[in-house]
Amino acid sequence: MSRIRKDYEQSFAHRFLVFVKGDKPLPEEDHLEEWKTRIAEVKETEQTADANYIELKEPDPYEEARHYAQSSGVRVFRRVYYVLAFLMCLMIIGMLIMNVAYMPLFGSEDSPTNNEVAERYLEKGSEETGVVNTVTGMILQYRAFDTFGETNVLFVAACSVMILLFLRTEPENAGPKKPRRRRKKASGTMTGHEFSLLYGTSEDNLSKQETDGAPSCVWPQSVAQEELEPEPDVILQNVARVVVPMIFLFGLYILLNGHLSPGGGFSGGAVIGAGLILYNAAFGFRATRRFFDEKIYDIIKVGSLCLYALIIAYYLFTGANGIDSAVPLGKLGNILSSGLILPINLLVGLEVACTMYAFYALFRRGTF
Amino acid sequence: MEWVRFIIGSLCILCGLVIALIAAFGLFRFRYAMNRMHAAAMTDTLGILMVLLGLIVLRGFCFDSLKLGLIILFFWFASPVSSHLLAGMEVEISDRLKDNCEIEETERKGGRT
Repeated sequence: MSRIRKDYEQSFAHRFLVFVKGDKPLPEEDHLEEWKTRIAEVKETEQTADANYIELKEPDPYEEARHYAQSSGVRVFRRVYYVLAFLMCLMIIGMLIMNVAYMPLFGSEDSPTNNEVAERYLEKGSEETGVVNTVTGMILQYRAFDTFGETNVLFVAACSVMILLFLRTEPENAGPKKPRRRRKKASGTMTGHEFSLLYGTSEDNLSKQETDGAPSCVWPQSVAQEELEPEPDVILQNVARVVVPMIFLFGLYILLNGHLSPGGGFSGGAVIGAGLILYNAAFGFRATRRFFDEKIYDIIKVGSLCLYALIIAYYLFTGANGIDSAVPLGKLGNILSSGLILPINLLVGLEVACTMYAFYALFRRGTF
Repeated sequence: MEWVRFIIGSLCILCGLVIALIAAFGLFRFRYAMNRMHAAAMTDTLGILMVLLGLIVLRGFCFDSLKLGLIILFFWFASPVSSHLLAGMEVEISDRLKDNCEIEETERKGGRT
């Protein structure tokens, strides 16, 4: 490391840095006394705090270990470690840069990526799959099995999050639901007092549940759900009323035009999922549950994945036996063309939208 | 005519870039979250408006320009609302709100100031 020069603080670079960071300038002569008194005050409070702490302090079982960390051998080792790590980084950087030097130029003819596979996709892609957008044809027809695996990854990810976060605590009674408790103070976040209140109610719930014979270590979900909901924002609601339908429409457009223009299942599904999240943020879980609750989520998610698996099985069966697909490819460029790619796009889009919304809902409050 | 259009369009884009630069500068320069948000929101509204207006002028009157106009509309809907929500959050959880801005003590309605 280079040492800082003595006149560094007068230099332009330092002053510019201070200006950009917005730091306060160093104390001038006339402010020096003020600064000194402030520092003395801080030190005093720290010392009193330390004194109070020492009274409470117990013999430290790790003192020997801490002493060991300061010993000379460890210090030498740390220095050697830094030097070696630096050398290691330099070596790896050098190796990577050397590799880059051997790579073919971008777009050169004899680069190994320009082989017969890419040629085939470009020349016969739209003829064989009936798709204008070659990328969609590639990922949903030539590499359909691959994409199916990706969709499964989404499914498994959402499932594992559900396993981690679903603490289904209260048995859902068939009786009438409790009326929603009025919030004492309407605010988006919890203050400490509110939290203690909430905790108190939760303890009441706990004791009630224990007498009922329910598991003892639970988070009382109904209380948490209703209490932690922020008050809906009027501005957000009014904007969402205009914007959310547009977002859904745009997402559907991307989904249905996946084989004609850039887009497809994954991006369209992401747009629809974002629309769902916006709707939820504006109108709350109550409103969303009217048309998208856990049951519908399960049906859509599992159903779309199973249908997708069926289509893939059909592809594999016909392909392996050399039979032509019974679904007609249609006229190139029509919206109802390209065989089974349109339904696959729709199914993938539903899957992605469900996964996005599920992540949002699960991480926000642990259930739908 | 072609030249006039080019000059107007590129001036608009340059203007937007300068605004974005100022906003990025302010984002690092200011110390307090509200001030920073003010700087950041400027890019999302005025900077994007200028850049996309420049593109519309360069492109002329066609379907692509309509799409760009829709993008402007969407940004003008979305960005102020998100800024508003962030500011509301800051007002509710900040400890040093009073050090940084003047607060009129009014009667709170619905929790949000």
